[in-house]
Amino acid sequence: MSVKTEVNGDVMIAYLSGELDHHSAKQIREEIDAAIEANMPTLLVLDFKDITFMDSSGIGLVMGRYKVLSQNGAELSITNPSPQIYKVMQLAGLGRLAKIEKGGLKNETVK
Amino acid sequence: MKQLNKFTMTLLSRSSNESFSRVAVTAFIAQLDPTLEEINDIKTAVSEAVTNCIVHAYKNEIGKIYISVRILECNVVEIKIRDKGCGIADVEKAMTPLYSSEGGERAGLGFTVMQSFMDSLRVSSREGKGTTVTMKKRISVRLNGNA
Repeated sequence: MSVKTEVNGDVMIAYLSGELDHHSAKQIREEIDAAIEANMPTLLVLDFKDITFMDSSGIGLVMGRYKVLSQNGAELSITNPSPQIYKVMQLAGLGRLAKIEKGGLKNETVK
Repeated sequence: MKQLNKFTMTLLSRSSNESFSRVAVTAFIAQLDPTLEEINDIKTAVSEAVTNCIVHAYKNEIGKIYISVRILECNVVEIKIRDKGCGIADVEKAMTPLYSSEGGERAGLGFTVMQSFMDSLRVSSREGKGTTVTMKKRISVRLNGNA
């Protein structure tokens, strides 16, 4: 599991890779939060392209980052979830917190 | 329903075993030639149940998690995940979507995911004795499959 961040002006993209479960969530959370604090983006994009598995621990991670960002008036966006990850996100209603763009399908959001 | 095959394993409640447990269960079920979506559904449900054992049942200790997988007639898979941890005082409350006794960054969706991704879910628990989660799912039969 790893996180790579890229900052472009006010936008920060976090490229996540590996499996996102309870075991890996803590490390990911700490790395993302440190990058948020250092860069103070107005928009954080979480890129799930290289996440091979995610359970509800990933939902907790996304909800937690949403809270951190909202306190600073910033927004959250999610890109490239696999069908399995999209299914978990849909079940959790994450679309109410963040715009979710499935791979290659721009502007498709979770209902 | 007649049992055709069975696999059991016992794991310590270490978070590093979460990935192994879900992969081991789905590797056993692979003999039924499940679709990728069925594999992912089962992997996710198993991950939730095992995580519950680690986070809740054995909150302040390392205990044993007992997993059994049975292949029954009609392509039905039954997965039992049992612990001898603290038990759940109020199962109905624990199963409420978005409720988590841990708060923090637990989404409180573990049982909701298990219910949604499997065909059936049964939870039996006794405080101080432990919890057993039993899930079933019927694997689709493919026309050219050899299940």
